[in-house]
Amino acid sequence: MTVATARDALQTALETEDAIAFDGLCVSHDADGYSVETPDNDWHGLDEDELGDALETVSEYITNWRYWNHSVGGEGTARRAFLRWCERAPIDADGAVDSNLRDDHAHDDHAHDDHAHDDPLPVPHRYEALQDGHDREWGQLCITARLVDHEDADEPAGERVYDLWHVDDADTDLAHLDVYDDPRDAREISTFDSDDRYRPLNTAPTLVSGWAFTGLSGGELVETIDYFYPATVANWHRERQGNLDVDHWMDTAERQTGIYDIIDELPREAVDWMAEACCVDSQCLRRREWQYEEGDELDADGGEEAFPCREPCSLVVAAARKWTVLESEEERTYELELTTSELNQLEDLIDAVADGRTDEIREADVYDGANRYRARYLRAKRFDDEGNLVAHQVEE
Amino acid sequence: MQALVIAAHGSHLNPDASDPTYAHADAVRETGVFDEVREAFWKEEPSFREAIRTVESDEVFVVPLFISEGYFTEQVIPREFRLDDWDPEMWDSDGTDASHTTLEATDVEKTINYCGPTGTHDAMTDVIVQRAESATGDPDIGEGVGLSVVGHGTERNENSAKAIEYHADRIRQRDRFDEVKALYMDEEPEVDDVTDYFESEDIVVVPLFIADGYHTQEDIPEDMGLTEDYRLGWDVPAEVDGHRIWYTGAVGTEELMAEVILERAADAGADVGDARETIQNAADAAVADRNDKTTAGPEAGD
Repeated sequence: MTVATARDALQTALETEDAIAFDGLCVSHDADGYSVETPDNDWHGLDEDELGDALETVSEYITNWRYWNHSVGGEGTARRAFLRWCERAPIDADGAVDSNLRDDHAHDDHAHDDHAHDDPLPVPHRYEALQDGHDREWGQLCITARLVDHEDADEPAGERVYDLWHVDDADTDLAHLDVYDDPRDAREISTFDSDDRYRPLNTAPTLVSGWAFTGLSGGELVETIDYFYPATVANWHRERQGNLDVDHWMDTAERQTGIYDIIDELPREAVDWMAEACCVDSQCLRRREWQYEEGDELDADGGEEAFPCREPCSLVVAAARKWTVLESEEERTYELELTTSELNQLEDLIDAVADGRTDEIREADVYDGANRYRARYLRAKRFDDEGNLVAHQVEE
Repeated sequence: MQALVIAAHGSHLNPDASDPTYAHADAVRETGVFDEVREAFWKEEPSFREAIRTVESDEVFVVPLFISEGYFTEQVIPREFRLDDWDPEMWDSDGTDASHTTLEATDVEKTINYCGPTGTHDAMTDVIVQRAESATGDPDIGEGVGLSVVGHGTERNENSAKAIEYHADRIRQRDRFDEVKALYMDEEPEVDDVTDYFESEDIVVVPLFIADGYHTQEDIPEDMGLTEDYRLGWDVPAEVDGHRIWYTGAVGTEELMAEVILERAADAGADVGDARETIQNAADAAVADRNDKTTAGPEAGD
C-alpha cells in the first residue's frame, strides 16, 4: 500500500484544474510553479519533483482527497454528507480551506466522545481517530468508520470501511455476534423484535441486537442504514440543507382519500394524545418535526434523535382513522362499583399495556395490579355472566 | 443514472406481504441494469412519500406492483409520490391499457416515468401460465386441464375484474388449456363454485394477487372447499366434488414477476439490456429446481 496512487491522481487532476482545495489542503500552480498548503505547512514555487515530495509529506491530506473524490464522489448527495458526518469531516463546505480546521485548533475530545462536542475535525485528527475506528450513533445503530488496514495492499491508501452494529453490542466481542456483509440482510434483522413480533415501524426502538455488519463500503453503509431506518439519511440531509419539507398533521390528514378520508375530523386535542401515544421516543426514534399545523404545536415531546420525522407515517394515519371513529362517539356518565384499590388497579392495567410491560410482570407478583391473577380476579368479581363490566349509564 | 422504484402495498400486520416485492427487486438488482433499485410501500417503509428522495439517479421508473388499474394506481400512488401534473387521462386506458407517462415530482428534481401496474401487462399472462406449470410440476400443463384465474373483484372498481378477464381471454386464445375461466371472490361468477364451471377433472386455480395473505391463504382455500379450516392446510391437488384442484397461491410470488416489472420499465424507456433473458433464465431454473423436489403433475394421478 502506498500513497502513490493518490499522489498520481492528484497530479493528474492538476493537469486540468488550476487549483485543488479540499479539507484544508490547497494545491495550485501558476507561473512560479506549484504551491502546496495545509493548515500546518506551505510550500511555494515548487517544480514537479518538489511537488511530489511535498505531497508525500502531507500524505494524509492527499489520500483523504482521493478517498472523498474518487471512492465516494457524489458531491451534494445525502450519501456523501452522511459519510462525512460519520468521521466528523466538515459537511457543508467540504471543498474550502476552513480556518477552523487548523491543526492547532483546540480540541481535546476523544474520538468516541462525539456527543460532547460535534465540531468537525482536521484531517490529521480524523486520521488518528480513524486508525482505531470513529464511532457515531444513529438511532439504535452504532457506526464505526475506520481506515483500511495498512497491510491490505488491495486497497488504496486512505480508503475507509464501515462497521455497523446495535448500540447495545458496542462492547460485545465480534465473535459473539452474527456477522453480515450484504446490506439486504438488514431487512430480515429488522423485521421482528426480540419477542418475534413483526415490527411494522422500522424506527421503533425495538431493533434486536446480536449482529454486526463489517467492512462495508460507504455506499453499502448508507444502503444498509436505508434498510434499517428508511429515508432517515435523506431527510437528515434535507434538514441540514434547510429544505426539509415538513407536512403537518392537517396537511397529511386533508390529503387522505378512501377509508382515511375522515381523519381530518380528529379533534385538535386528540391529535395531541395521538402524538403522545405514538410518536415519543419510547415508541419511535424519529424526531417529530410535524405539528398540528404551522404555528400550532403539539404538546408531546418530539425527541432528540439526529433524524427528523417530516410527516405522520402510515401507522399514525391508520391509527388516526380508528381514533376518529372512536372520538365521534358521545361521552356518557356511567356508575359502577369499585373499591379504591380496584380503581387504582384499572390504572395499573392501562399503564402496563401502554408501557408494553405485561410480559415482565412475574407470574406470582400479586402485588402488581396488572398481574394476570389480579386481572382475572377483578374480572371474576366485576364482570357479569355475559363478560361485561357491570356499569350503569346515568341518565342526565 | 437510472433508478427503478417498485411501489407495493405492504402491510402493518403481515410481515410476509412485502416478501415478493423484495424478491423481485433483488432479482432486478442482480441483473445490474439499474444503478439503483428501491422498494416503496403504502403501509411499510420507505413510504411512497419518501422513496424517491433516497435515490441519486435523475431518471426514475416507478412501477406499481399492483394487479389492476384503479384507486392505488390512479389516486394514491400519484398523490403520494407528488406527481402533481398527473391525470388518469394521461394513461388513456380502458382499464388494462396503461403503459407509462413522464412526469415531475414536486419534491425532487428528477424525471419520473410513471408506469402502469404489473398486473395488466401482457407479460403477466406468461406468469400465470408459468404459475400453473410450477404448481403442478408439469412444464406442458394444459391438455385435459381447466385453468381458473381468480381475482378479488369488486363492484367499486370494474378494472379489477377487467384485468382478470383480460388474462383469462389471452390464455384461452392460446388453446393450451381445455377450459379457462375467470372467477372472483366478491362477485359472480364466484370462486366458491369453482367445480360448477369446469368439466375437466383437473383444475388449476391461480389467484391473481401480488402477495400471499388473508385472501389467498385463508378465504379462497376455504371458499373452494380445499379445507375446512385454513390452519389445517390443504392438499395440492385437493379432491373437491370429483375434481382435483391444483391451487397455486398468489401468482405474484412467481419468480417471473420480476420480468414483468422490467417490461414495464422498458416500455417507459428504461435501458434494460439483456436483463429480461437473465431473469427468465433464473425464473426457469427456480421452477425446474422446485419441480425436482415436488411430485409430478396431473398425469401422475391418473
